[in-house]
Amino acid sequence: MLRFLFTRLSLVIPTFLGIVFLAFILIHLVPGDPVEVRMGERGIAPARHAELLHEMGLDRPLYVQFADYVGKVLHGNLGLSLITHRPVLSEFFDLFPATLELSICAVLFAIIFGLPAGMLAGVKRNSPFDHLVMGVTVAGYSLPIFVWGLVLILTFSVDLGWTPVSGRISLDYDFDRITGFMTIDALLSDQDGAFESALSHLILPTIALGTIPLAVIARMTRSSMLEVLGEDYIRTARAKGLGTFRIVAIHALRNAMIPVVTVIGLQVGTLMGGAILTETIFSWPGVGKWLVESINRRDYPALQGGVLLIACLVMTVNLMVDLLYGVLNPRIRRR
Amino acid sequence: MAEQALPRIETSRAQPISPLREVWFSMRANPGAMVGLGIIVFFIFCAVFADLIAPHSPIEQFRDNLLQPPAWQDGGSWQFVFGTDDLGRDILSRLIYGARLSLIIGTIVVTLSLALGIFFGLMSGFFRGIPDIGIMRFMDILLSIPSLLLAIVVVAILGPGLPNAMIAIAITYVPNYARLTRASVLQELSKDYVTASRVSGAGTLRLMLATVLPNCVGPLVVQATLSFGSAIIDAAALGFLGLGARAPTPEWGTMLADALKFLEAAPWVVVVPCCGIFITVLAFNLMGDGLRDALDPKLKH
Repeated sequence: MLRFLFTRLSLVIPTFLGIVFLAFILIHLVPGDPVEVRMGERGIAPARHAELLHEMGLDRPLYVQFADYVGKVLHGNLGLSLITHRPVLSEFFDLFPATLELSICAVLFAIIFGLPAGMLAGVKRNSPFDHLVMGVTVAGYSLPIFVWGLVLILTFSVDLGWTPVSGRISLDYDFDRITGFMTIDALLSDQDGAFESALSHLILPTIALGTIPLAVIARMTRSSMLEVLGEDYIRTARAKGLGTFRIVAIHALRNAMIPVVTVIGLQVGTLMGGAILTETIFSWPGVGKWLVESINRRDYPALQGGVLLIACLVMTVNLMVDLLYGVLNPRIRRR
Repeated sequence: MAEQALPRIETSRAQPISPLREVWFSMRANPGAMVGLGIIVFFIFCAVFADLIAPHSPIEQFRDNLLQPPAWQDGGSWQFVFGTDDLGRDILSRLIYGARLSLIIGTIVVTLSLALGIFFGLMSGFFRGIPDIGIMRFMDILLSIPSLLLAIVVVAILGPGLPNAMIAIAITYVPNYARLTRASVLQELSKDYVTASRVSGAGTLRLMLATVLPNCVGPLVVQATLSFGSAIIDAAALGFLGLGARAPTPEWGTMLADALKFLEAAPWVVVVPCCGIFITVLAFNLMGDGLRDALDPKLKH
């Protein structure tokens, strides 16, 4: 197990360097004068331009600049945003809890509905329920987040007036930020109705963002269940006279879960991509919306830092999934 | 003499059915795939004959009919079946021309990413060692960035607009094709027919393109069908974020982004392109699932 751990960890270093290189090269590939791209100003006097070029180290060879950038990244220095002039790192982590809260809810939503639906569809193969699940999941998979989000807003906010259209909480409430999770902060604030308000703002974005993972999880659970139910030890269990519930819940489920756990872990990338669209539609103040705004404002340091952090996040979660896979399935460790 | 009296025994006709026909038979038994295929045929028909079918030009502005509701609602007329948008453009015509645009987007994105992916996959499958490690590490890095974010970054570098958006989306699909190709190449390379071909003197290029690649087509076709739908979604997403096709172009995502302001006043401006995207993508996914079942019986459950 230790060797497995070390091989997987050592693979992370080149990937990390590659991600940093990609982020580094991004700002070099942006068309335009390098000083203007980084300062966000135009028409700088030539003397000042040369001075700035030297100050920022842009007159040095590319590999020196890269090494310098890697050093800065490792020290948590991702530069300053051109618009707010605040460090990109702290700006990112101010907004990240909002994205995290939304993503966690979306994953929970996907698991709570996707897992039982997939299991039941697998057990009752070719039943009307199975066909229903398969049909709904194909539809869910084909529904772009922005289309689905708009349909949800049109139905539940505009037509029925059940939920608010945008934001994280009603403007009537104001309390200190403790965890950054609006629902938990609202609970801690002890204000009447604050939690309900936060929750009602969360529902539609959660459904919009969680639908694709739900479809993926349900389909994966179903096919994994089908595969496991065809195994010999299930037949043995049946032959021993065990009831269906016991076979499914105790014998099949554990083994069927292995690929499902992987798939759930791999949804992080999908979630982060989906968060960009969901947050834009629902005006959810998270990192996804911030990234889109950064592009429109040509705030390249913010974009660079954001891409780097999200890629590192996805990489870390993938690594954890990989390690967890090794724990769940001992056979994989020996490779 | 006696030969004539003998009945003809039709053994020679019992050839194995061609793989293409086998796929077709399997597809025909799958109602979902057939529905998908039907929609795709209709979609292609609309795209190709847009000039003939569309009642109006997609960019002609009927100043007297701004935000007119669809025909079946009060105040609608059959002149504009799905109503008009805020500039008085016929939504049905824009939808039909949008289908043409989506077909072009899907074709270009899939062709481009397929070509690059097959190239990298063949390279790393055939030349193991350094090229393999280098290419696959690079693909892993690309995969660790969410595809929409990667596309956004590429658009940020190249500048907004539909051609750049297509390049950006194609780049995000390359890792999938490269991995698929590599995996099937490795599987095929260990088989006897490849060794036989190699022994009889086939060069690397011939082995790659003539011997191995045709046998790796199955998973690639499935993935290509599925990513045709994703390409339409992603192009629409970029258009929606204001990074794809520009204003008068009748691209479905851009239409949606323009229509957002009228979400409450004129929902049909939003709903029609939504349906267009959803139905088209659904068709490609149904078809892709059917193809997967047909081409890879092992995965059929």
